[in-house]
Amino acid sequence: MKRGQGLIIALLVCAAGVAAWWLLPRADTIQVGSKAFTESVVLGDTLVQVLEEAGFEARHDRAEMQGQLAWLALNNGEIDLYIEYTGTLTEELLIDLDIQSDAQLDAALAERGLKRGPALGFHNNYALGMREAAADELGIRAISDLARHPELRIRFSTAFMARNDCWPTLRVRYNLPQQDVRGIEHNLAYTALANGSCDVTDVYTTDGQIEQLNLRVLEDDLGHFPAYEAFVLHRADLEERYPGASEALAQLSGQIDETRMTKLNAAVQYEGRQPAEAAASFLSDVLGGTYTAKVESKTEQLVRNAWEHLWLVAVSLGAAIVMALPLGVAAAKLPHFGQVILAGVGIVQTIPSLALLAFMIPLLGTGVQPAIVALFLYSLLPIVRNTATGLHSIPPSLRDSAIALGLPAKARLWRVELPMATRSILAGIKISAVINVGTAALGGFVGAGGFGQPIVTGLSRVDKDMIIWQGAVPASILALAVQGIFELAERRLVPKGLRSKPSG
Amino acid sequence: MLELVGVTKTFDGNTAVHPTSLEIPAAATTVLIGPSGCGKSTLLRMMIGLVRPDAGSVTFEDESLAPGNLISIRQRLGYVIQDGGLFPHLTARGNAGLLASYLGWSNQRIAERLEELTELTHFPGHGLDRFPHELSGGERQRVSLMRALMLDPDMLLLDEPLGALDPMIRYDLQTDLKEIFERLAKTVVLVTHDMGEASFFGHQIVLMRSGRIVQQGTVNELLHAPADPFVSQFINAQRTVLDSRNGVSP
Ligand SMILES: Nc1ncnc2c1ncn2[C@@H]1O[C@H](COP(=O)(O)OP(=O)(O)O)[C@@H](O)[C@H]1O
Ligand SMILES: [Mg+2]
Repeated sequence: MKRGQGLIIALLVCAAGVAAWWLLPRADTIQVGSKAFTESVVLGDTLVQVLEEAGFEARHDRAEMQGQLAWLALNNGEIDLYIEYTGTLTEELLIDLDIQSDAQLDAALAERGLKRGPALGFHNNYALGMREAAADELGIRAISDLARHPELRIRFSTAFMARNDCWPTLRVRYNLPQQDVRGIEHNLAYTALANGSCDVTDVYTTDGQIEQLNLRVLEDDLGHFPAYEAFVLHRADLEERYPGASEALAQLSGQIDETRMTKLNAAVQYEGRQPAEAAASFLSDVLGGTYTAKVESKTEQLVRNAWEHLWLVAVSLGAAIVMALPLGVAAAKLPHFGQVILAGVGIVQTIPSLALLAFMIPLLGTGVQPAIVALFLYSLLPIVRNTATGLHSIPPSLRDSAIALGLPAKARLWRVELPMATRSILAGIKISAVINVGTAALGGFVGAGGFGQPIVTGLSRVDKDMIIWQGAVPASILALAVQGIFELAERRLVPKGLRSKPSG
Repeated sequence: MLELVGVTKTFDGNTAVHPTSLEIPAAATTVLIGPSGCGKSTLLRMMIGLVRPDAGSVTFEDESLAPGNLISIRQRLGYVIQDGGLFPHLTARGNAGLLASYLGWSNQRIAERLEELTELTHFPGHGLDRFPHELSGGERQRVSLMRALMLDPDMLLLDEPLGALDPMIRYDLQTDLKEIFERLAKTVVLVTHDMGEASFFGHQIVLMRSGRIVQQGTVNELLHAPADPFVSQFINAQRTVLDSRNGVSP
């Protein structure tokens, strides 16, 4: 057992060290975030480069956060700034406050320790778009012009059909007579527009497709749509912690209009440029100076994701082993308490992993911590159960022999029972490790990095290759590798006398 | 040396041992015998505290067995069971030296003691580094015996130690065991269901039936002055086929 004990202690120390390293905030680096769509990522890279040019350390590790996670991360202080839109705040994130004025918005932000930085100069509003040529032919320039053409075929994204500030009220406001109006997936709507099977669709005013498909954005001449003005949203104490940061960011004020933003988006979506490259060339054009795009090669990305993934697994699994072994022993030794333990860790296992991650967000915010805690909880059951089973399956005659020798309970546990249960315990750890590697890929949804990141990014960019080759395949290979490593470890750690079955 | 006074044991409503008293004399071999299920093992297990009697007391050298002194008393007893009870993850050496190593003996001291014991038990020295599944049944029992004798205990408790061996090996080990008991002048309690074995080993034979002691005495007393018809029945039932043949032929 000496070797096994040493291994467990080594694991413990590693787990504690790694956990401390991850949990310590890296104090002198400004953390930039972004949401999971091209524009947000390009602008996140833009923020980093502007800050770096001004001499700050800045990182964009928390890129492409789903849904409201960027907002949560900023509120928790996990990130220091990202690009937000006024409409998102007033119509969605802070809708309960019924904000009517800029002053109200600033007050609401101040209450949360947040502050509005410079506006970038463009709106990413909802709008309606038509092919330039068709619009010309019919003489359509603004939305109100549509009222004269009831025969137009309209295809809206399903969200646009449903949102109360979109089609239901737009139709009434402009008194639109069209009958052929249907909901359809957003990208399909663009395809339909391109091949002439529909005439009008909803767009965001900075969509790369506007440039790509040569679309005309119809003027919202009655001012129906809420304004989605892009601006820097940052922690209120940013300037205090990083004097000069505000000044650096102020350079961006009003520098990006709709046309420029549309071009930036198209450069990434259609010309295959990296977001950081697009940001760098834009900044060099507009602000002058040298902006460097730190673009990772596919291999570098793969390696970084692999390390992040391994950390998630190592820390959560290490902690789970440390916790689950004593729980497993207790489950085997204390019949009633044991039932409670097994039921408890069993219930955790029935929670879908994505839901478990979601539960963690209100408690621990986003990023590495919630992922590690969720993975930790997920890894407990196989180890607890296999430890208890391993101890239970020791033949009573052998347990009695150890007692009759005059060994006290602790010595029996360490010298006889645990070594005899090694095979079962290691099998439990192996199961946990393999489940853990697979589940850790979900960490991408809470910004924990690892192979889940390319999966999440690929999903939002509809980039199948990225999902498969940067995410799913390496995660599977890692799972197989972990399984292999544990099988090797089994050969070394299972006491020699237990390896072949006794001959009867 | 060891005394049971009025001990009883009931498992799930089935009484395994009715109120029973028994004294184990020092430096002699006491054999517990009786049909299967009559409570021999239970009585033996009470002596080492593996079974706690529902009533009555067990006293070892004037000390009454209690949770506080069980560990130290067990270290002064040696216990061997039918299949040896060896730990499969330890070699013969590891099994025999387990308690000594726990008690802090140096490897050297353990090795020296093992050398004495291999000689005493006729265990082949090169087998010490084998695991139990690499040993024959007879060798396993010799290792089990070495483990029991490691700390030179005051008393040996053996529960059908030869029960699982084939006849030739069994014969060898019987002879060796008897020699060892005599050489060491140990107090021994041995459980068996075989009358021949009982008469071979036993200074005192204790015949049990359904959780009660039927008769207690020497072989001759059991043969010639049976306390109960069951005693004769039990002994006659154990007459071997060969005995009855001898009786009929010429
Ligand atoms: N741990 C136990 N739980 C339940 N019943 C037991 C237990 N140990 C022994 N018994 C029962 O007690 C009786 C006596 O058993 P035992 O002492 O092992 O008999 P013997 O060794 O003479 O064959 C048997 O009926 C047996 O089934
Ligand atoms: Mg028995």
